Amino acid sequence: MAPHTAQIDTPAGSTVVARGIVKRFGDLTAVDGIDLEVEQGTCVAVLGPNGAGKTTTIEMLEGIKQPDAGEIVILGRTWQRDARAIRERIGVQLQETEFQDKLKVYEILRLFNSFYAADADLNGIIDTIGLEDKRDSFVKTLSGGQKQRLSIGCALLHGPEILFLDEPTTGLDPQARRRVWEVVERFKTEGGTVLMTTHYMEEAERLADLVVIVDKGRVITRGSPAEIIASLGAESLVRFSLIDEDVRVLAEEELLAMEGVTAVRYEGADIVLSVERTQAVIASLFSIVESRRLGLEDLRTHRPTLEDVFVSLTGRHLRDG
Amino acid sequence: MARLDEIRELTRVRVLSFLREPEAVFWVFMFPMVMAAVLGFAFRSGKPEPSTIGVVASEALAATLGASEAIDVETFETFEDAHAKLRRGAIDGVVEEDELGALPKLTFDPVRAEAVTARLRLERALTDDPDEPIVATEELTEKGSRYVDFLFPGLLGMNLMGTGIWGIGFAIADVRRRKFLKRLLVTPMRRTSFFLSFMLSRLVFLILEVALLVMFAAWVLGVPFRSDALSFGVVCLLGALVFAGFGILVASRARTIEGASGLMNLVMMPMWLASGVFFSYERFPDALHPILQLLPLTALNDALRNVMLDGDSVLSLGKELTVMTAWCVASFVVALKIFRWE
Repeated sequence: MAPHTAQIDTPAGSTVVARGIVKRFGDLTAVDGIDLEVEQGTCVAVLGPNGAGKTTTIEMLEGIKQPDAGEIVILGRTWQRDARAIRERIGVQLQETEFQDKLKVYEILRLFNSFYAADADLNGIIDTIGLEDKRDSFVKTLSGGQKQRLSIGCALLHGPEILFLDEPTTGLDPQARRRVWEVVERFKTEGGTVLMTTHYMEEAERLADLVVIVDKGRVITRGSPAEIIASLGAESLVRFSLIDEDVRVLAEEELLAMEGVTAVRYEGADIVLSVERTQAVIASLFSIVESRRLGLEDLRTHRPTLEDVFVSLTGRHLRDG
Repeated sequence: MARLDEIRELTRVRVLSFLREPEAVFWVFMFPMVMAAVLGFAFRSGKPEPSTIGVVASEALAATLGASEAIDVETFETFEDAHAKLRRGAIDGVVEEDELGALPKLTFDPVRAEAVTARLRLERALTDDPDEPIVATEELTEKGSRYVDFLFPGLLGMNLMGTGIWGIGFAIADVRRRKFLKRLLVTPMRRTSFFLSFMLSRLVFLILEVALLVMFAAWVLGVPFRSDALSFGVVCLLGALVFAGFGILVASRARTIEGASGLMNLVMMPMWLASGVFFSYERFPDALHPILQLLPLTALNDALRNVMLDGDSVLSLGKELTVMTAWCVASFVVALKIFRWE
């Protein structure tokens, strides 16, 4: 059977293309017209807080949910026509899949292997996901990170062209998180394409070539991590609070009047300045505080991150939800 | 052969996860044995219910006995019809007017407490004088007419229903709650393989379950087993398939274990009571019998009693097999249509 030719424009080299996809649940519009393109061999991370529509978006791309509007093309095919053929060529890790407690690691991989036409080297997969010692252990004896790697192993074993990961490291400790990243990086170096969601900026910065930041079902910005960070127009962020004083005694206008300050944000007991020339700003900050007889506390500067971009665009933190 | 592979692997996983749950193994295999043993002992004494007496071709006798509150009369054309029911314990005795002028003859099983009660009630209904002999009696003790003999095929049927509906229903509700079903959905697994694996794993356990229960019944309780293996096998197989279908159907939408559990009990409760597990459904009003016979468990129990106690061939069970096949097909078709994967 000839593959169904997509109705929409799919640029050469794009493995995942979504145009204007929308998903509503009753009155709630969870995904409100998102466009996405994933080039072959790259990793795209959809970054956003809880409830931004990340999971709904990726589940539409995985063929689990039907979009109410818009079109999706995966590897030149559509879910309506070629669902089985697409499923043979993609690997999916879902948020919160629980395997049966009393099955063993090898048994689960064996089960998933039986669904695909190609026959995988399961011991090789067990090596890849670093579960050599756990091959014959029950799922219930695995740690959260090991379960997550098993889940990714099930998604990888048939040699998929695209790997879909939905918050692959949520709830894991930093070391377990790094081990998951290593598995994903290895898949990437072997030429695989990755589309993932995350609400961890470190994860997006480490794994993604392209980051798409979503909030309330819409894309608010996209680009490489470096481009997005540069869009903030700040060399660094200067954060401080005041001893025994409400930070709002320093008015926004007063701070913006300093040479090199591009933005001012009040965050609880802190003030955060986006600045272009760090050293000069700090010098003038000292003189203002001095002249007003205020005490400076907890002064810190750091390079801007994706989190800072998200906060500057939405006024909220990624993890606030 | 990806297709056979996946059916085999899905079935394997089902069987393994069942065997690794000791509680489930207990409920499937031990519970019915314990129940049969306990009930078999408990019901050796009489029941304070009216005795059912079969009357063969005598309107006068039927009218006299019918006047007694302690007696339910069932009339038969020939002694053979009545005898068949007597053997199964569906009636407590058969009375017939033997020859003109002679005393009515009662055929009953003196081993059964119900039959002895029936005799006393019969005598009281026919005369006020306790010393006057009014019936000639024929004692008929036959293997297969005790309460436990009646009970066992019912328990076997109930067990096939329970393991099918609970075993499959809970397993499906559990994998749905774990979002494992959703995970399967994004693989190329054929959905029919998934359902087939449940049927096949049921069949694996069916053989163990039935063999164990029948051996226990025959050796420990002395229940007769008059069936040929093929007829018995076909009836059990069809019974297991019907309730596997029901198991998939009741779990096809439920999002929680609790939801599925409620639905399962709702489906099974009427059949526990009305399908002739613990007592014959013939004790319900006649008008209800055709409806009760349409229940899958009634059909299964009737078929099991016919093959086990009467040694009937499966070929004579057209009605029961039709009822079960219809339920089986219907439950699968509906379950496949409405099944929720997420």
